Amino acid sequence: MMMVLPPSRVKYFAGVALVATALLVLPFALSAAGTAWVRITNLAILFVFLSLGLNIVVGYAGLLDLGYVAFYAVGAYVYALLASPHFGMHLPFWVILPIGATLAGFFGVLLGAPTLKLRGDYLAIVTLGFGEIVRIFLNNLSQPINITNGPQGLAQIDPVRIGGMSLGQNGTLFGLNFSGPMKYYYLLLLLLLLVIVVNLRLQNSRIGRAWEAIREDEMAARAIGINTTRLKLLAFAMGASFGGVAGGMFSAIQGFISPESFVLTESVMILSMVVLGGMGNIWGVIAGAVLLSFVPEMLRYTVVPMQMALFKRLLIEPEVIRMLLFGLALVLMMRFRPAGLWPLRARQREFDKAVGE
Amino acid sequence: MDIFFQQIVNGLTLGSLYAIVALGYTMVYGIIQLINFAHGEVVMFGAMIALSVVSTASGSGFPPLAAVLVGILAAIPACMTLGYLLERVAYRPLRRAPRLAPLITAIGMSIVLQQVAMMIWSRNVLSFPQNLPVILYEVAGASISALQIAIIGLCLTMMAGLAFVVYRTRLGAAMRATAENPEIARLMGVDVDRVIAATFVIGAALAAVAGLLVGIYYGLAHYTMGATLGMKAFSAAVLGGIGNIPGAMVGGILLGLVEALGAGYIGDFTDLCQYGIFDAIFQARCADGGNLVLFGSNYQDVFAFVVLILVLVFRPSGLLGERVAERA
Repeated sequence: MMMVLPPSRVKYFAGVALVATALLVLPFALSAAGTAWVRITNLAILFVFLSLGLNIVVGYAGLLDLGYVAFYAVGAYVYALLASPHFGMHLPFWVILPIGATLAGFFGVLLGAPTLKLRGDYLAIVTLGFGEIVRIFLNNLSQPINITNGPQGLAQIDPVRIGGMSLGQNGTLFGLNFSGPMKYYYLLLLLLLLVIVVNLRLQNSRIGRAWEAIREDEMAARAIGINTTRLKLLAFAMGASFGGVAGGMFSAIQGFISPESFVLTESVMILSMVVLGGMGNIWGVIAGAVLLSFVPEMLRYTVVPMQMALFKRLLIEPEVIRMLLFGLALVLMMRFRPAGLWPLRARQREFDKAVGE
Repeated sequence: MDIFFQQIVNGLTLGSLYAIVALGYTMVYGIIQLINFAHGEVVMFGAMIALSVVSTASGSGFPPLAAVLVGILAAIPACMTLGYLLERVAYRPLRRAPRLAPLITAIGMSIVLQQVAMMIWSRNVLSFPQNLPVILYEVAGASISALQIAIIGLCLTMMAGLAFVVYRTRLGAAMRATAENPEIARLMGVDVDRVIAATFVIGAALAAVAGLLVGIYYGLAHYTMGATLGMKAFSAAVLGGIGNIPGAMVGGILLGLVEALGAGYIGDFTDLCQYGIFDAIFQARCADGGNLVLFGSNYQDVFAFVVLILVLVFRPSGLLGERVAERA
């Protein structure tokens, strides 16, 4: 018997199919513009990943974490140490990613356990300090035993291999040419899909609603029997483990990492993406991350030639424009659209209420 | 022993600088319960402006001390303006928003200020003109420079001045009233907005001097210098009890001492060879007076954060602070 779907469902599935096809074809279109754009897209997906992870902490549970990049770093270093000539270990990626995620989650608990009873703004500054501590350790743990190789970082990190096929190299599959970055794109897309599903399921689960309750009013949440400490720890651990997975992928894609990649500004960038899209709203956060990943890159390609043409020299470096964009996004969003460009209804209410008081 | 005394002197110098910056955090926090993340950037601007002015002044023939004086006189009003603008643009519109909001704008502002500083002064580490005469005094085996004495003296003077303003003037009374309860203060005829702005401006003036002194002391200035310095000063404020003015002074000096002594001794303490128990394992490394130092003085920057975390976990109200509500 054939199932007959109501028209609204048909539209829905047609929409999903359209988006899916577009995402599948995207790397071919981008390759036409240059492989660099596929790489940029991959990094954008990683940022979506990170933003969704931070969104669990900031958006769902309402805990401002300014040291999120530390977990990214943990994941990246775990991957680099277990799959590079540094220790001579070459484990496959599907073994390392769970280790990285677990260890990052463990660090999340380690940071969260003593600090979660603190007020929001204290928490922010402690997490910020934690991020710095991790970076200082990465920079200095080359003495007395060389673990992280200090500021030089770790190089020659193995690319991801699936069944003898290295994602780091170009190759043909089903008669089509796939460049290395394109293969990574599909792997990342798959992982991203998984993360989105987990996030969606979380949002409407018992846990998700408990987080929302904590965010809105912690006192009341505790009064109705929510174990706030345990749930906040869980948010920290889950957010952190997402960061760990993203870090592992970053290591594999780049092939080289150093403490330079895990500075405070990275944490701020991820936070801007979450804030821009709308804290707590998955689709908003994704849109924010995509927007803030691509716009600076596009600016890089337009602003530099424009300045050259107008002033004959580079007045403002694209990197500066990028950071200014992130900083201004934070300030202006809080001023004019505190609930984000695509706000969550509950969140919008919260901000309206606060302003109207 | 002489190392100990030397580190005490270094710690006092560093600590009094932290104290001055910490005062800026603590005053703002005391009055509107906001962590002014961008305060470190105000210090950085103070250092940068002072550096430019001092360089130009000494380049055009000013005697060294006069050049420094001109630098201070230029940096203070500039930073005061910056502090005022910061409050007007980033914080005042959000005074009734949820707590997270002003915190996020504060971070945004500090990123923006860093980038602006980078555009003006480049991304290089700039060196302060080293034309002040170096005078060293030998006391109890430690060498104390005239600069260190001047820094400690100047910082103590500023703290005394601030204490006078806060506890003995009309403005100070208004500030304390606003900190206690802004609504009641308003009813009593206090212009709360002006008092808050004044708090930012006073904090920024202290930050300007701190920036100049840090620049001269280390001989360097960089557009990212405000971030670490700010975080350490904030730790100092928390250590003393945030919102508490004497607390910030005590916390700053204590933190400076902890850092200096920590950096001086951590290498000795974490040298596994001296304990004997690990000899069997590390024989190769420890033989012939070798060492196996786990943590060297390059971990100096970690101390402030460790202190911060310990204080927040075990005594969130700080050393001198009153009990703060846990509720956000």
